[in-house]
Amino acid sequence: MAPPEVHHLFHRPIADHSFSADRQTLAVAKDTTVELYGKAGNAFKLKDELKGHDKTVTSVDIAPESGRIVTCSQGIYLSLQTPSLALPFGASKIYSDIPTLDRNALVWEPSPTGYKPTLVLLRIARAATFVRWSPSETKFAVGSGDRVIAICYFEEENDWWVSKHLKKPIRSTITTVNWHPNSVLLAAGSTDAHARVFSSFIKGVDARPEPSVWGERLPFNTVCGEYLNNSAGWVHSVAFSPSGNALAFAAHDSSITVVYPSGPEQPPQAVVSISTQLLPFMSMIWNGEDEIIAAGYDCEAFRFQGGPSGWQLTGTLEAKGRPGLLSDAREDSALNMFKQMDLKGKVKDDTQLKTVHQNTITTLRVYEGRNGSVSKFSSKPHPRPSRIHYTG
Amino acid sequence: MSQSLRPYLQCVRSSVTAALCLSNFASQTSERHNVPEIEAQTSPEVLLTPLVIARNENEKVLIEPSVNSVRISIKIKQADEIENILVHKFTRFLTQRAEAFFILRRKPIKGYDISFLITNFHTEEMLKHKLVDFIIQFMEEVDKEISEMKLFLNARARFVAESFLTPEGMCAALPRITTMHDVMALGKRLENSGGYGYNGTFENHSVYKEIADSKPIGIRPPNRFLLKFPFVYMDSG
Repeated sequence: MAPPEVHHLFHRPIADHSFSADRQTLAVAKDTTVELYGKAGNAFKLKDELKGHDKTVTSVDIAPESGRIVTCSQGIYLSLQTPSLALPFGASKIYSDIPTLDRNALVWEPSPTGYKPTLVLLRIARAATFVRWSPSETKFAVGSGDRVIAICYFEEENDWWVSKHLKKPIRSTITTVNWHPNSVLLAAGSTDAHARVFSSFIKGVDARPEPSVWGERLPFNTVCGEYLNNSAGWVHSVAFSPSGNALAFAAHDSSITVVYPSGPEQPPQAVVSISTQLLPFMSMIWNGEDEIIAAGYDCEAFRFQGGPSGWQLTGTLEAKGRPGLLSDAREDSALNMFKQMDLKGKVKDDTQLKTVHQNTITTLRVYEGRNGSVSKFSSKPHPRPSRIHYTG
Repeated sequence: MSQSLRPYLQCVRSSVTAALCLSNFASQTSERHNVPEIEAQTSPEVLLTPLVIARNENEKVLIEPSVNSVRISIKIKQADEIENILVHKFTRFLTQRAEAFFILRRKPIKGYDISFLITNFHTEEMLKHKLVDFIIQFMEEVDKEISEMKLFLNARARFVAESFLTPEGMCAALPRITTMHDVMALGKRLENSGGYGYNGTFENHSVYKEIADSKPIGIRPPNRFLLKFPFVYMDSG
């Protein structure tokens, strides 16, 4: 495995990040703005800043084909849902109105003069927590603290983005969503410890999906599956396998559960729960049908392998004792010892962790890969923000 | 560190590490709010079961985790009333400066001496493992600090008691120069003995010599001297 590439961007926590399809642009959520970095040689240079939200931006996603960026934030309450505002928007006009309208999503269209924001009314009254484009790029899903998932799509005749709510049976904040490859099924995890699979079929936007293990007829808001793990921890991450026939979710009890459904209205063929002695996982990605890479509060990525008959933790992705670690570089002379005692009042400097990341990893993304197999992925820590690609 | 303290601190360390798995979480009950859920207590589903780690009935730690904040309350060992007062004064000193400590809570939880409130913003901005180290180090040092303060207090008390209770009669035979009146009286004596005309041979003069010799007993020694050599005072009497 090649050593990770580390890019230091700034000294602030990163809420979310996303690479463009050509991997030349990187969008990073930093406080209330989204920063766009362009690749210049081996480094990432700040290219543009997308300002439009006035609360912490919680999530950002770049559509691979169209290059459109969708962002959402921990919204702001303002009862500005008057009909006059629900008009088709010209981007320039809206731009000045946006700060007063935050708790909505923004779609940023690339144009020769920069990114143009378009407002999407989500009709939610709490924070938006998570946003992801569907693989078809015609829709995106926004998880929220308002116990709904807003499915947003573009309505041609009115020339605006419309949102439809997945409501039942959600009773809690949605922490994460993940799209099935067919762009109709959507998995969501929430703080009521459930991972659910919904249908977000929208007439006129989606083609009728092929029947799958999740169901045949899938009208909007069909609940195709509802899963709970043993100790009922908050769900931090959900992920469909590349084929879409299995669902994995990571919960706050440090476990990962993989569900293999057998068909509509039938108990699942297998539910495999892997509990670990590690700290909880915040994010995970599938690498093929038999491998999951997960990372979280332990500040490093772990590899799980298995199938319907069983899964196990096979180890960490990081090689311990990498060159370049602080402890290796430091000489152990008496002079150095006294210097340390003088400077810091102790002999051993234990400030630096042995992992590449120095704090929680909150997002893992596929950086390079084909047909569901991942060759590189990017991960993102909390405060010592740097971007890391592992080559596998 | 004593042998029984080590497992206690180790237990606190791993529990705090596990409890500090925090994420940014906006309020479910009020719009545009982002508050520490453990303080707000508005949605029970985002709170975890509180945990008490006790070394004995006088020393315990309460850890209350939630989705975006953790409250850690410490009961510091108090063996007697003096330690009671010392702990109270010490924690008061710290809590009055809570801004400088970031994670310190202004008011401790009932039944505990000091509380910390760590939110996701702290874990994002600071290194998580160093936050844990800080708590553990605090617990390690606070006992040491209190017992040091107690020793110091005892030493002071002994000194004060001694200086108050020393019998004055011991040095009555010799001239005492403590008040202006003594100086005047001494001056009178000098005058009477005919040595008023000072000629530079200061040491030879009988009265001066008397004073110089009498110094350790005749004049009340300075406090610090007494503290160092209390026996000098007592023996020469």
